[in-house]
Amino acid sequence: MLNITEKILARASGKSKVSPGDVVFVNVDKVMVHDVSGPGVIAVFEKLRKSGMKIEKLWDPDKVWVAEDHFVPAADKISAQNVVLLTNFTKQFGIKKHFKYGMGQYGICHTLSHEEAMVLPGEVYVGGDSHTNTTGALGAFAAGLGHTDVAYVMLNGKIWFKIPETLYFKLNGKLPDYVMAKDFILKIIGDIGTDGAAYNTMQFGGTGISEMSVEERLTLTNMSTEAGAKSGIIEPDQKLRDYLAARGATKYNEVHGDADAQYKKVYEYEASELEPIVAKPFSPENTVVARELSSIDLDKAYIGSCTGAKLEDLRAVAKILKGRTVKIRTEILPAAISIFRKAMDEGLLKIFMDAGVVVGPPTCGACCGAHMGVLAKDEVCISTTNRNFPGRMGHIESKTYLASPLVTAASAVTGKITDPRDLK
Amino acid sequence: MKPFGIVRSIVTPLDRVNIDTDQIVPKQFLKLIQKSGFGQYLFFDWRYETDGKPKKDFVLNDLQYKNSKILLVRDNFGCGSSREHAVWALQDYGFQVIVSTSFADIFYSNCFKNGVLPIRVNEQTLQKLFSTKSEIEVDLERQIIWVNAITIPFDIEAHWKKVLLEGLDDIAVTLKHEDKILKYEKAQENSKFRIS
Repeated sequence: MLNITEKILARASGKSKVSPGDVVFVNVDKVMVHDVSGPGVIAVFEKLRKSGMKIEKLWDPDKVWVAEDHFVPAADKISAQNVVLLTNFTKQFGIKKHFKYGMGQYGICHTLSHEEAMVLPGEVYVGGDSHTNTTGALGAFAAGLGHTDVAYVMLNGKIWFKIPETLYFKLNGKLPDYVMAKDFILKIIGDIGTDGAAYNTMQFGGTGISEMSVEERLTLTNMSTEAGAKSGIIEPDQKLRDYLAARGATKYNEVHGDADAQYKKVYEYEASELEPIVAKPFSPENTVVARELSSIDLDKAYIGSCTGAKLEDLRAVAKILKGRTVKIRTEILPAAISIFRKAMDEGLLKIFMDAGVVVGPPTCGACCGAHMGVLAKDEVCISTTNRNFPGRMGHIESKTYLASPLVTAASAVTGKITDPRDLK
Repeated sequence: MKPFGIVRSIVTPLDRVNIDTDQIVPKQFLKLIQKSGFGQYLFFDWRYETDGKPKKDFVLNDLQYKNSKILLVRDNFGCGSSREHAVWALQDYGFQVIVSTSFADIFYSNCFKNGVLPIRVNEQTLQKLFSTKSEIEVDLERQIIWVNAITIPFDIEAHWKKVLLEGLDDIAVTLKHEDKILKYEKAQENSKFRIS
């Protein structure tokens, strides 16, 4: 009767059965903050201290982990100070997993969640960031929270959730060449709208998902946030087990939905009918097929972020850029140092540099328009990222088109929005 | 938090859909870590020219709305980034009530953590509110909006209503029961049915 999300939340709340709409108090397995939500949580703690509360220890420092991603490399004095604040915080409370910029592995928090297997199948994971949904591709319940809620979890290890209804997206058949998970999720968001999954879980399944790599699946759950979803999730399978085993994680309690699991609605897609899709400014739901936009001139191509700078994204970009050069300003920022290193070992960085691209350190910087290459007024960018709201990547009058790594790379080569199938 | 009382004010009509949290507080202000003072950055890019002068055509710069405590917006308000700064800014600016047809999930929850009441109404009611120039009254206790002598009921989850009416702070409430929680956890540890 129960689907995977209901089963995880039932187990975490000590119940044998839950139904959508039930409010349950669940035990959290992992909680994450980064250099924006971390200082936010610290501010909440400060306020509580001022009201007379003693905060000397966290519920379980081993279940809290920290990433530096939004404002690293330090964008300015304040962001440098925030990293110091975060460092003092992790020292004070004995948090061991703090991925520090400039000290080996670090990167975008959502990327670390899977690269480092910080979260495991069947777990309840919350983070101080809306794209926490990403990690649901590991068969976990993963949801973003505000600062106050994260502070609460850090102190109590528990949080209230209303059991969400689940929308099931079934992909039949293998995606065609040149069509990526990004195209599929943009297609879905275009169909259901940016609030089409509000307070629902988006579950992805079907033969198309079985065929898909774990990294590609992460793009789907990542962008479930853009449809307003509470969480995104994919059931564990052998591909996931192998992926996690390669990262040293073999012990966990997988959860699977019952054969007769209930869903609010089932959407079916035929993989063979999907094409490269682009979301026009200023909303991820504003989608058209890439070919319709072939007259759009671009100033920049951006390959980065938790959505579009995993190793396979970079491989896809390299496939296009090999032996070609870029016509517009193009930046590639691997989403974590481990990915950067693999890209180097595989020779991808050489292909990028030969193409004239600048390769930069992992950061959320330009994706959220904070620093590290923001857009000027009227500039037009094509990007592998997940949001294109007004001003998202820089000036309020700049424009961002969201696309797959393949479309973005092909567009970098021509300087116009380009379907990779049309690249000569 | 202060207990939430009756709010009476004219409404600020911000007639846009899908307002994301980056429009509410642009990213450049996320580095600031104090919880107060964010009101000055509210809708920053819509509110100010690049030289810092107020934009004449933006509703918050219209003096008639200067002391408004109620913000009217369209569908899917607060989508995008989970930044709680967005609610901090709205609250610090003086908005106590936000009325829309729908809110993004994390934003909706963040409101209650900071003493702001988000009210979901149907399209027809929202339209009525957009067209009113007079003061309206929001009575959370009775769950009604009073506009031009007409009362419009609204729904709210009982838990959230209690939190606002009593000015409860989630964390403070739980920690008041710390003794009981610790006792329970101790019992759990000794139980073979421990949920891990």
